[in-house]
Amino acid sequence: MENFEVIREDRKDISILRLKGFLDAHTAPQFEQAIQDLMGEKRFKIIVSMSSLNYISSAGLGVFMGFIEEIRENDGDIKLSNMSDKVFKVFDLLGFPALYQIYREETEAEAKYNQK
Amino acid sequence: MKMKHQRYRLKIPSITENLHLIRDFIIKIAEKAGFDEQNREQIALAVDEACTNVIKHAHKYDSRRLIDILINLDPQKMQITITDKGTGFDISKVKDPDLQKYVRESRHGGLGIYLIKTLMDDVKYEFNPGIRNQVQLTKYIRA
Repeated sequence: MENFEVIREDRKDISILRLKGFLDAHTAPQFEQAIQDLMGEKRFKIIVSMSSLNYISSAGLGVFMGFIEEIRENDGDIKLSNMSDKVFKVFDLLGFPALYQIYREETEAEAKYNQK
Repeated sequence: MKMKHQRYRLKIPSITENLHLIRDFIIKIAEKAGFDEQNREQIALAVDEACTNVIKHAHKYDSRRLIDILINLDPQKMQITITDKGTGFDISKVKDPDLQKYVRESRHGGLGIYLIKTLMDDVKYEFNPGIRNQVQLTKYIRA
């Protein structure tokens, strides 16, 4: 049973990954692969949009942690958007808001990239 | 009708594919216990984290192994005991995470134990590698 999906959209130099379903230790490798694919293509300006993400465990949060340093070293970032309150709570419990920019809408994250 | 002591048990192959089933099982019982949605989801997340640890660290992704989940429900609390006979690691020695350090070191893990401790009211461990490792998670039912 497939209960997780990553849908990618490239807009100029920005890539949006829209997460759908349940992100746990079983599905995290799929998300990890999507990030690695972007890095392989030297696309470091990433927005992870989560309006259809129902669930996240620490395995999913680990993917954000594992690559952010290298992405920022390449003048990129992972900006987060469209989180439900439920998903935000998990990020918040672990202190992610101090290290990651979190936006209500994808467009706000996109505008932030375009400001530079 | 006053709820009496009830026991539920799930023995399930130790594979990440089953995490979804484990969470559904926990949510159903937490609902029966009268927990609201937020608490049901917190309990399910804590159990997911504990089972993920068993699959990764105790059983090292050996799908022939089983995770044993026992739930005791009484009018005061829901208590979940997760048992494995794998190598495991001593959870009591795990420090609280330093997110900035983890990010600097590009670490992918180390957050699960902290989440379990934060989400549950009481967490107890028993660590006997190869014999029996147990983690007991308790959430109290508040009227």
